[in-house]
Amino acid sequence: MAKATESTKPKSQKTQRLHVSDMSCAGCVETVEKTLKSVSGVNDARVNFAERTATVTGDVSPDTLVDAVGNAGYTASVMDGDIAESEKENMELGHYKALLKKTVVSGVIGLIIFLVSMLNLLPPLEALSGQVSWGVVSILTLFVLTYGGGRFFTGAWKSFKNHNANMDTLIAIGTGVAWVYSTFIVIFPYSVSEIARHMYFETAAIIIAFINLGSALEMRARGKTSQAIKRLIGLQPKTARVVRGGSEVDIPIEEVEFGDIVRVRPGEKIPVDGELTEGSSHVDESMLTGEPMPVEKKTGDEVAGGTINKSGSFLFRATRIGKDTALAQIIDMVRKAQNTKPAIGRLADRVSGIFVPTVLITAVVTMLIWFNFGPAPRITYMLVTTMAVLIIACPCALGLATPISVMVGVGKAAEYGVLIRRGDALQQAGQLTTIVLDKTGTITEGKPELTALDAEGITEEELLGISAGVEANSEHPLAEAVVEAARKRGIELKTVESFGAVSGHGVRAVYGGSEVLMGNRKFMLDNKIDIETAVSKSEELSESGQTVIFVALGGSLAGVLGISDPVKADSREAIKRLQADGIRVIMLTGDNRVTAGAVAKQVGVDDFIAEVLPEDKAQEVSKLQRKGEKVGMVGDGINDAPALAGADVGFAIGTGTDVAIESADITLMRGSLHGVADAVGISKATLRNIKENLIGAFGYNTLAIPVAAGILFPFIGILLNPVIAGAAMALSSVTVVTNANRLRWFKP
Amino acid sequence: MSILINILGLALTAFIVWWFWIYKSGAAAHAEGDAVSIVVDSGVYEPSVIHAPAGEPLTLRFIRKDSSPCAEKVIFNDLDISADLPVGEPYDLSFTPEKPGEYEFTCQMAMYRGKLIVEPE
Ligand SMILES: [Cu+2]
Repeated sequence: MAKATESTKPKSQKTQRLHVSDMSCAGCVETVEKTLKSVSGVNDARVNFAERTATVTGDVSPDTLVDAVGNAGYTASVMDGDIAESEKENMELGHYKALLKKTVVSGVIGLIIFLVSMLNLLPPLEALSGQVSWGVVSILTLFVLTYGGGRFFTGAWKSFKNHNANMDTLIAIGTGVAWVYSTFIVIFPYSVSEIARHMYFETAAIIIAFINLGSALEMRARGKTSQAIKRLIGLQPKTARVVRGGSEVDIPIEEVEFGDIVRVRPGEKIPVDGELTEGSSHVDESMLTGEPMPVEKKTGDEVAGGTINKSGSFLFRATRIGKDTALAQIIDMVRKAQNTKPAIGRLADRVSGIFVPTVLITAVVTMLIWFNFGPAPRITYMLVTTMAVLIIACPCALGLATPISVMVGVGKAAEYGVLIRRGDALQQAGQLTTIVLDKTGTITEGKPELTALDAEGITEEELLGISAGVEANSEHPLAEAVVEAARKRGIELKTVESFGAVSGHGVRAVYGGSEVLMGNRKFMLDNKIDIETAVSKSEELSESGQTVIFVALGGSLAGVLGISDPVKADSREAIKRLQADGIRVIMLTGDNRVTAGAVAKQVGVDDFIAEVLPEDKAQEVSKLQRKGEKVGMVGDGINDAPALAGADVGFAIGTGTDVAIESADITLMRGSLHGVADAVGISKATLRNIKENLIGAFGYNTLAIPVAAGILFPFIGILLNPVIAGAAMALSSVTVVTNANRLRWFKP
Repeated sequence: MSILINILGLALTAFIVWWFWIYKSGAAAHAEGDAVSIVVDSGVYEPSVIHAPAGEPLTLRFIRKDSSPCAEKVIFNDLDISADLPVGEPYDLSFTPEKPGEYEFTCQMAMYRGKLIVEPE
């Protein structure tokens, strides 16, 4: 939220948050704000009175800020993310313990009442002493209802006022009816016939105990579902060794500043993102990318915070700190995605919106049916069935079914270096019928090399010198290969003039007064260049998967260059995995048909579309969609953006640190195509899990409610004990959470 | 007696239908300028209906009092917005609703329910 104000400032402007505990008036806000702004290095300070916090941007240490606020007469403390997380955990633990305590107290009291009434330890209601002692039991039960179940009653009342009804409503009415009816019997024992003179104090108390136990168990299981996030947060190191004033000092991670030189020794975690300035090493990036092999890092390479330095010691310059690091962004992204819901979940939402009132109506109808048609004692049957209906229905399981699986699924994907942005993408990735792969950088390494050079009329050296001179002006990846080749052979780049690019075809420039054209066959023909002499050579190059560039000088052909981009080692295997999932894999490339065909054959795609201009990629995707295909598009982000956005699911191949690829639904942190197969696998498994949960929750309610209403009674004389109903309801959401947790063991 | 009970039961059913489904809450808050505070407690958002003009920045200040995990998230599904709410500490959710329409916001399990009504300018 604070980002908008920072965009124009340099990155060293870190944002810090302070908690100022004793501000009591608007005047204090002004004082604190002024104090903070007067600290040297502070650019901006804003105080939020309601939150009692101050947000400070500037180049200054947190201690200085705390001291300054202290001198002005207030107490400030630094807030940081980790503390918030552990505070949350402490709070959850406290909540869990409170639930257990409520379970035990309600359970014990319920059990005592149960034993007392089973063993007839109390005098009968017909005697005054009986009424008095049952009165005490009533008060004990009331205590259980308020202590163990008070929140259900307040919650039910609040929702009722809001024209809303939820689980609390059902529990409150169910147990409330039991208590009111039983207490009524205690006070007016003769109001109902003797055989119906049954009390339900123990039922109410034990139901409350069960539901608290259910919530506690659910909370326990829920804690496990967020393990992926906890693991990611745990990756953030606490300290960094920074070179300051010539010596190396350990400082807290929050104090690392943009541009700091940081020392990392073997076996240590890299604290923030940066660029290697001295030394070299192998870094294990598996926690971010899912790639098991350590990656070699040399001077100039990027390193990411949270990854582990395996071998050498090195220095790097911090380029991204705090919330800007790749890890922090990943955590943020995963957290957001965990909160979204795929379309399948919206149905459950719609149902749970009308669920509770429907149950209430069912309860009333059940009551009336037993009252009118039930056997004697009608009041007893009526009460038992109505209570059971109210207690057994649990909208919780229905509401939990989708989000809890999404939470585990998105977390699971993150473990494999697959970042899912939206819940919808999670659902759709499992339903894709066609996956389009952009060739360069996706199937291939994306680092082309010059592999053939065939001059005509001029020397090879001259050809390469001129070509590299022209291509030095271009930003095309193929151009880089030409320049690189010239450098490697020590050939001087010739100076050219008036460079111009023709998208998808080639480039033109002027060298020594004559025009140079470099480009594909069509480009040559368009410019009336005779390429007859090079046709067989170019076909030979194409057939071996090389991209052919024709070079023309002063209107006639000067030679051909062959450039090939090596296929990634595991592309073929990953494509096989996708095909095994029943997905058609199509390769998309700007290369000519022959070259494309050679690569397509090498990696085993089902089909390929060649000679596609970058701007037409999106069109090819929509063409497939019009044929009714569900299309996933995989590309490396920048020039594929429209196609990624147009596809049903866009997969962007990131480079480990570059996670902010906006147009993609799914970002693959690892260069390998296995990420796509992993994403599809995890998506399918998650969807299956959601379906299991939904079927379970729907099924549970559609079966349990009629049974509770007594539908089996006319046939086999079975009624559901409300206590059992309470246990079943408590278990229903626990089951859903436990089932979702099974996903944690899934391997794509 | 038994007729009375039957009539009462039917009346109760009619009441449930009316109260929970037909009745439209008038207790709505209008967002103008400052943040709208929404208390998250005991299964409800208070207020649960928020009116806001389209195309203008909106800040919803969620004040979560309920520590049960049910209340920990607020999700605007159709707007792709979600947030984790801290207990006891106000949380400002700022965004600009662009398109007029009705947007439900719920907790993770859709037990807490609220509605953001974005009105055309
Ligand atoms: Cu709930």
